[in-house]
Amino acid sequence: MTEPVTIDAPVGVPLPTARSARLVNGAGRFVADARPAGGLEVAFVRSAHASARILSIDAAAARAMPGVAAVLTAADLAPILKSFRGTHGAFPDLVAPRQTALAADIVRWSGEPVALVLAASRAVAEDAAELVEIDYDPLPAVADPRAAVAEGAPAIHPEAPDNVALTLIHEKGDVDAAFAQAAHVAELAFSFGRVTGVPLETRGIVATYEAGERRLTVSMSHQCPHQMNVEFAGLLGLDVEKVRVSCLDVGGGFGVKQQLYGDELAVCAAAMLTGRPVRFIADRLESMVSDIHAREHVVTGRIAVDGEGRILAFDIDDLFAIGAYSQYPRSSAGEIRSVIGLAGAPYRFCAMRGRARVVFQNKPPSGHYRGVGHPIGCAVTEGLVDAGAAAAGIDPLEFRRINLLTAADLPYASPNGTTFPRLTFPQCLDALEKAVDLPAVHRDVAAGRAEGRCLGLGIVAFVEQTSRGSGFYGDGGVAVSSRDSCTIRLEPTGGLRCLSSVTEQGQGSEMGVTQIVAAAVGVPLERVEVVTGDTAATAQGGGTWGSRCLAIGGEAAWHAGRKLRTEILELAGSLLQADPATLRLMDGAIHDASGARMSLADLAVTAHYRPHAFGGRHPQLVQSADYSPLDGPFRAGSGFQLSLVEVDVELGSVKLLRHVVVHEAGRIVNPLLADEQIRGAVAQGLGSALFEELTFDAEGQPLATTLADYRLPEASDLPDIEVVHAKAPPIPGSALGAAGLGEAGTVGAAAAVFNAVNDALAPYGGRVSAMPLTMGRILAGLGRVKG
Amino acid sequence: MILTEPVAPVTIETTVNGETVRAVVSPRQSLADFLRDDLGLTGTRIGCEHGVCGTCTVVFDGRTARSCLLLAVQADGATIETIEGATRSGRLASLQAAFRARSALQCGFCTAGVLLTAAEVIEEGVSDPTALRHALSGNLCRCTGYQAIVEAIAKVAAGTPHD
Ligand code: FES
Ligand code: FES
Repeated sequence: MTEPVTIDAPVGVPLPTARSARLVNGAGRFVADARPAGGLEVAFVRSAHASARILSIDAAAARAMPGVAAVLTAADLAPILKSFRGTHGAFPDLVAPRQTALAADIVRWSGEPVALVLAASRAVAEDAAELVEIDYDPLPAVADPRAAVAEGAPAIHPEAPDNVALTLIHEKGDVDAAFAQAAHVAELAFSFGRVTGVPLETRGIVATYEAGERRLTVSMSHQCPHQMNVEFAGLLGLDVEKVRVSCLDVGGGFGVKQQLYGDELAVCAAAMLTGRPVRFIADRLESMVSDIHAREHVVTGRIAVDGEGRILAFDIDDLFAIGAYSQYPRSSAGEIRSVIGLAGAPYRFCAMRGRARVVFQNKPPSGHYRGVGHPIGCAVTEGLVDAGAAAAGIDPLEFRRINLLTAADLPYASPNGTTFPRLTFPQCLDALEKAVDLPAVHRDVAAGRAEGRCLGLGIVAFVEQTSRGSGFYGDGGVAVSSRDSCTIRLEPTGGLRCLSSVTEQGQGSEMGVTQIVAAAVGVPLERVEVVTGDTAATAQGGGTWGSRCLAIGGEAAWHAGRKLRTEILELAGSLLQADPATLRLMDGAIHDASGARMSLADLAVTAHYRPHAFGGRHPQLVQSADYSPLDGPFRAGSGFQLSLVEVDVELGSVKLLRHVVVHEAGRIVNPLLADEQIRGAVAQGLGSALFEELTFDAEGQPLATTLADYRLPEASDLPDIEVVHAKAPPIPGSALGAAGLGEAGTVGAAAAVFNAVNDALAPYGGRVSAMPLTMGRILAGLGRVKG
Repeated sequence: MILTEPVAPVTIETTVNGETVRAVVSPRQSLADFLRDDLGLTGTRIGCEHGVCGTCTVVFDGRTARSCLLLAVQADGATIETIEGATRSGRLASLQAAFRARSALQCGFCTAGVLLTAAEVIEEGVSDPTALRHALSGNLCRCTGYQAIVEAIAKVAAGTPHD
């Protein structure tokens, strides 16, 4: 088994990204920035009903409008476009109704695409879309998750008469006995509002089809171009190798751009049907009703604690509302896995019962937003742990110290069903106590409270499962790759061009690969150019999902770099008549014990233009490597988040006074970018804790369709976010020894605020159970207004 | 209202990044679309088209403004500066360098609007981090969590003489 190796600078060095040089100048290229010659612009006609039967579609007036090239409906696309189902082999009972790119007979959410108008400009297309007359027969709609599973609720799909897509039952150990013998039992209810990722660049796609060669070329804003290449080919009946998907600069993804969307698929089909380039740039209003949503849960939980303050058991019941369909291709089942499989994750306990029900409702489909179910699993666990500590009369951090997993417990087969090979809570706790003067924080809180301030402190532990292996999707029959690849070419000037299957949405994965390749080969950072995001250039790979780019794609880059270095040293040995083992490649020059003997540029020129100089050996000057974690289902990061808040008990508002993240994820390739990933992820967690909610009325009509209604955190809402890296050796099993960290900040942020606010309300006899913690909910939790 | 009849285009004359531009525009075209589509100045980004996110910020007659909320016809007789012009003139250079060094951008979609706003805020003498956070509340960034942005601006503000 490969083990972590010593890796020199520039790995481990805080460096700004290379691509920021163009982005600060406004010279980034995003998909909306170009229009193909002769192209058509798209506007979708989207359902105004959350639930209705389509009786007829009359597009005659729209088609007659000057500038309109075509109006397409599901019937027009059907001959060339397959339907799809978001199934998953790990959940054979999952009800995954068949879905079409455009709604065919029944619309199941307000905003579902029904027809697509193609015109010379978006303005004309929008005008024409208004003229498409759709006759609907409204059907009863179900929006609230509890209403969806209530007796007599209208069935959204005939396949699921009770609207339940999946029930997951997990039981390990003697739960009833644990609760019966417990000295303390605490029980809490939680509900979590629907949220979404809101990358500031909306989704966008340009598709061009060449009928003679049956060649589809797509430029889109996406995290997983290889996945889309395979899906577009499969669903449109094309050869994978004749489809090319490339991404320019991508303005944030966060999981929103990890999915397949019916509207984007319809754009590709439209390009095939019209023979003209077709371009669709979502506007913000349609993004809010068509991007994947996430994390609408209603949860109850219990914790059992013995007389010594040891956790005995958890019992969790989760209702997860996924909207109208199981999202294709990954399915919408993954989120409950995290709620159950991460319940109690940081702790030692002996029994666990979990029930999760996935329910349909007339809302947009739910997909994988940064952290997926982790933030829910963490908030439920940590809410219960605080409640258990209170019931046992033990300080919450002390209670955690009693129960946190230590090195002696590892590997730990948790009663929640997940086995954790490596967690680092003792190191993280140590780092937390070094970085934060906790006794002083407690004194300040006590002093503030004595002055009448409503202050609260929350400290939560969290686990992030990153860098997934191929077990979940691969064995589940879902075409999602856990591999990533890197090909490195030595150019005639001694520079390197790397083709990496990692993708970049601003997180810095490209820069990380650059640093790893520079270190692996031994060249200056400036001589490494990394190309990402183009399926015709890079080998197959998973792209961005589940915090994996550097842990997996970086590992591939390291091995490709070492292979190229080996070849370079062998070629140099041949030219210098030296044993390659006595040579080293450093900073772009080949050294022996006496110093630099030859520049890499000289070697490269010789190898490219005088290959006969190597004694009959053919210089390859290109090496590739591929990597997928074969040794386990995930690599875990561990950490704590601390939140200090002040609640205004008159207004119900929350002020975030302090937020600290302590984190450990193996080797850190670029501390600057790692810290900013964590900060950005925390900000998203804080948004869902305090502001963000996709609200709907009882009929399923969306009420938050603008950024004025769906409130993202602003600069003035947030405190500085202190980031502390706990020290631990690199993770065994790979050369790089890194776990991912892109979601870590989101995992624990909301939980910390939730516990801090409840700590603040406790002296007032108040409690909140629903996120986001809006002013109204806090006043209701204080009993000042009716909830 | 549905505009099924073509609406008579309007001729405007405007100064964009120091150059005089004469153009024929549709009365309903937004200034953001005019800059991006007609002039190819795509550094001005569109994140919401309803005046909330600030990605479309340009300098309009000396003040930052949201180009998605202005019509191209309103630019008649106006002087406009976009990120491209402000980059070329060099007036953002220290901010741009500070943003890069501090990693105050990730995807970069918000960055043009944030930089133009930051330059104006510094000119107004704001340098305290809390005040900077308030001054930036009209520019959303979904990637960074703002701290690096605030620190980068504060650093430039601290080195900028002000009277
Ligand atoms: S695009 Fe103008 S404010 Fe958002
Ligand atoms: S850097 Fe992505 S929105 Fe600000």
